[in-house]
Amino acid sequence: MSDSETVRPGFLAIELDGAGWDGAGFKGTGFKGASPEGTGFASLAEAVLSAESAGFHVATFTDTPAPGRVNALQRAAYAGPITRTIAVVPEVDTVYTEPFHVATQLASLDYVSGGRAGWIATAAESREAAAAVGRSFVGGAALGQEAAASIEVSRRLWDSWEDDAVIRDVATGRYIDVDKLHYVDFDTAADFETPADFAGPAYSVKGPSIIPRPLQGQLPVLVAASLLGDGLVDANAVDAVLVSAPTPELLAAEVRDVRGRLGGSAAVIAELDVVLDARGQAAAERLAGTDSGRATYAGSAAGLVDLLAPLLAEADGVRLRPASLAVDLDELARLVLPELRRRGALRAPVQDGTFRDLLGMERPANRYAGTPTAAGAGS
Amino acid sequence: MTQHSSATSDDFTPTGKLQFGIFFQGVNSGTIWKAAESGSQTDFESFRRIAQTAERGLFAAFFLGEGLRLREHLGRPHALDVVGRPDAQTMLAALASVTKNIGLVATQNTTYNDPADLAHRLSSLDLISGGRAAWNIVTTDNAWTGANFRRGGYLDHADRYRHAEAFVETAKRIWDSWETPDGPARRVLHEGQHYTVHVTPRLPRSAQYRPVLFQAGDSPEGRNFAARQADVIFSAHPKFADAVEFRKDLVARSLAAGRGANAVQIMPASEFILAPTAEEAAEKKEWVRSLQIGPQQAVAYLEQFWGRELSEYDPDGPLPDIDPVVEETSETRGSGFHGAKARQLADQWRAEAKDKGLSIRQFVTSRTARVDATFTGSYSAVADQLAEYTRVGAVDGFNISPWLIPTGLDDIVNHLVPELQERGVYPTEYRGTTLRENLGLQTPVPSSETVRA
Repeated sequence: MSDSETVRPGFLAIELDGAGWDGAGFKGTGFKGASPEGTGFASLAEAVLSAESAGFHVATFTDTPAPGRVNALQRAAYAGPITRTIAVVPEVDTVYTEPFHVATQLASLDYVSGGRAGWIATAAESREAAAAVGRSFVGGAALGQEAAASIEVSRRLWDSWEDDAVIRDVATGRYIDVDKLHYVDFDTAADFETPADFAGPAYSVKGPSIIPRPLQGQLPVLVAASLLGDGLVDANAVDAVLVSAPTPELLAAEVRDVRGRLGGSAAVIAELDVVLDARGQAAAERLAGTDSGRATYAGSAAGLVDLLAPLLAEADGVRLRPASLAVDLDELARLVLPELRRRGALRAPVQDGTFRDLLGMERPANRYAGTPTAAGAGS
Repeated sequence: MTQHSSATSDDFTPTGKLQFGIFFQGVNSGTIWKAAESGSQTDFESFRRIAQTAERGLFAAFFLGEGLRLREHLGRPHALDVVGRPDAQTMLAALASVTKNIGLVATQNTTYNDPADLAHRLSSLDLISGGRAAWNIVTTDNAWTGANFRRGGYLDHADRYRHAEAFVETAKRIWDSWETPDGPARRVLHEGQHYTVHVTPRLPRSAQYRPVLFQAGDSPEGRNFAARQADVIFSAHPKFADAVEFRKDLVARSLAAGRGANAVQIMPASEFILAPTAEEAAEKKEWVRSLQIGPQQAVAYLEQFWGRELSEYDPDGPLPDIDPVVEETSETRGSGFHGAKARQLADQWRAEAKDKGLSIRQFVTSRTARVDATFTGSYSAVADQLAEYTRVGAVDGFNISPWLIPTGLDDIVNHLVPELQERGVYPTEYRGTTLRENLGLQTPVPSSETVRA
C-alpha cells in the first residue's frame, strides 16, 4: 500500500459467482452448472478448492440478483471450513438489509473461516430489491450514504465486545466482563456525522453485537471506487477500493489516480474481466456478444501475464472475473499464475493467515477499549 | 406413510422409531462453562465437533438458536451465563460443507426479518446443503429487541401470530413459485398490514422441495399455527403423560386444519444425564446442577424478579425477606412479573421455599433446571423408557440440549444410541440425503390456491 522503492508482490482475487459475466447463470439445482459456459464445476467446494490450489489469494462472491444464484455470504461461509489459505469475501448489500444482521453474519463468517473473511459492501440501486422488502426505492447519492451508515454500524458492532470480554472466571461466576461490552448507540439522524443530512430512511441500532469481536478485530471492508467521495463513503472507513476502467490499458493510470486521491489509506485492487484462448477456441470467439462494460482482456495466457505483471506492481491486487469459471480458471492455473510467480509479481499464499495479513494490515485496536461501559445504558 | 385429509384421530399411526435433534444452546444457565472440559461457544471447531458427533449418531437435525439482543440483568448485559453466539444461517452454511446428512435448522424470527429476504436465504441454505435446511419459526414482539433493527419493534403483541402466519404463507408462496427445474418463477405479491412484498423469486426448489418448517410456540395460538403450517413442532412436553396428551391435542388440531393425523411431528426439548449405572447418573446430575446454578446465578435469578440487587443475601440461606421493586414494565424481567404480580410471586415463592426447606440456591435450581425435560439414569434404563414413548407414539423424537459443549453428545451417541438400535426403535442408517426424507415427511404439494395466487 505504500510507494516504497521495493515493489511488493501483489495478490490475485477471483470472482466465483459460478456463472461468469457471460450470464450463463446457474440452472436447476443452483450449483451443478448445466451450461458448458457456466461453472463447469460439480460443486462450490470443487470450485473454491480449485481456486485455492491454483494459488489465488482471495475468492469473491457476487450477490447481484440473478436466477439461481444463492446468497453470497452463505457461499463464502460454506467455503470457509474447507479451505486454508484463500480469503472468502462476499458482496453484501447495504441498502435493503438490516445492518445488525449484516454485521453479525459477517462476524460469524470470520469465525468459520479462521479470520479469512472480508466484505465487499455494495449499494443496490434496484427497484426490484426495494419492492421485495416493501421499502421505498433509494438512488443517487443516498446509496453512498446507506453504504457509509451500514459500514459504520458494522464496525461499531464488531468493536462492541472488547477482545478479552469473555473471561470465564469461575471464582466470581462471571462468564463475561460486562465492563468490556459496549452499546453502539448508532443513530443516522443524531450522531452519525457523515453525512449530516442522511438521505435514506433514518434508523438507529443499539448494540452490543450478539457475537464476540471477530477474529480479525475488524473484517477488511472493500468498496467500489464509485461509492467513495464527499457525502458518500469516507476513504478512511474502508480497507480496500475496487477500481475499474473501460479498457485494460487505462487500468494502471486509474489505479494511480485512485491511490493518489486516497493518500495511501487503503489498498487498491484493479478489476479485470478475462477471456482466454482455451480448448482450441480463440478468446475473441468466446468473447463474442458479451460486454460487461469493464476492462476486459481477451487473448492468450502469455499476453495476460504481460498485462498483469506491471499491473500487480501498481495495484495491491487484481480481481479477475473469468468469462467461464472452469475454462478460464484452468488456463489461469496452468499458465498464468505460475509465470507471475516466476517473475516475482505474485505473493506466496500463507496457510492460516488472515485476510488482514494479506492486505498488510495490523489487527486494529478496539475503539471502545478503556471507554465508559455498558453500565446503566440499557433502555 | 398413510395420510388422508379425511382422516380421523384413529388414523394416527406411531412410526415406531425415534429421531434425535441437537439444540446447540447459547445463552442460558443450561450450558455449563465452568467444567474443565467446556469448550468455546463461538469457535467453529466446537460446532464442527458436535455436528459431526451428532451425524455419527444418525441425528436428524442440528438446531441453532438466534440472538437478536443480549440479555440484560438490572440494566447491564447479563454476565453469569454463556453469552454471545454466531448467526445461525451463516454457521449452518459453514456446517453444510463439513457434514453430509444431518438437517440444518435455523431459528429465525418473523418480526425482525423481511419475508422475501428470509425465504431467499433459507432457500440458499437448502440448496447449498443439498436439501437439508429447516426453519424454526419464532415470533417476538418487543421494542427492546427492535432497538437493534431499522424497523424497530413495529409489532403489537396481539398481532404476533397473525403476522407470523402471513409471513410464513408468503415464504411458502415464494418457495412454490418456481414451477419447473429451469424456472421461470411467478411473481409473488403480498400486501398486508405489516409489510408489502413484490418479488420474482430467484431460486429453484431444492432436493427436498423447500425448507422443513419447525415451530416452537406452545400457546393455543401457537399450536394452531403449527397445526396449519409446520412439519414438526418443537414442544415443551417431554414427560410421558404430558407427551401423550400433547399428541392427542395436536392430532385434533391438525385434523381440524385439514391435515393428516401424522402430518405434524413432535420433538420435545430434552436433556440427558446418563451413566453406566443409576447411582453414577444420580451423582452426575448433582454435579451438573451445581455447575448450572452456582451461588451467583441463584441470586441473580431472584434479582430478575425482585428488580433489585440482592447480593447481601446468602445463596445457601432463605429467600429474601424484602419485597420486589414494583414497576410498571421492564422488558428484561419477563412479561409475567410486572407490577403487583412481582410481590404476589415473591410471597408465593417464599412460602414454597419455606415449606420445602429450600435455600435460595436449591429453590432456583428446582425452578430453572429442565426438571420435566431431563432423562436421568443408566443407558439401558433410559433406552427402555424412550422405547415406551415410541410404542404409543407419544413423540416422534427428542430435541436434545447438551449441557456440555462440544463433548456433550458423546455418551448419547456412543452408548444410548446403540441401546436404542438394539431395541429396534432408532434408525441404523440415514434414510436419504434430505432432511425431509430422514424425518419421513411427505413432499409438500402446492395447494391449488397457492398455485393460482
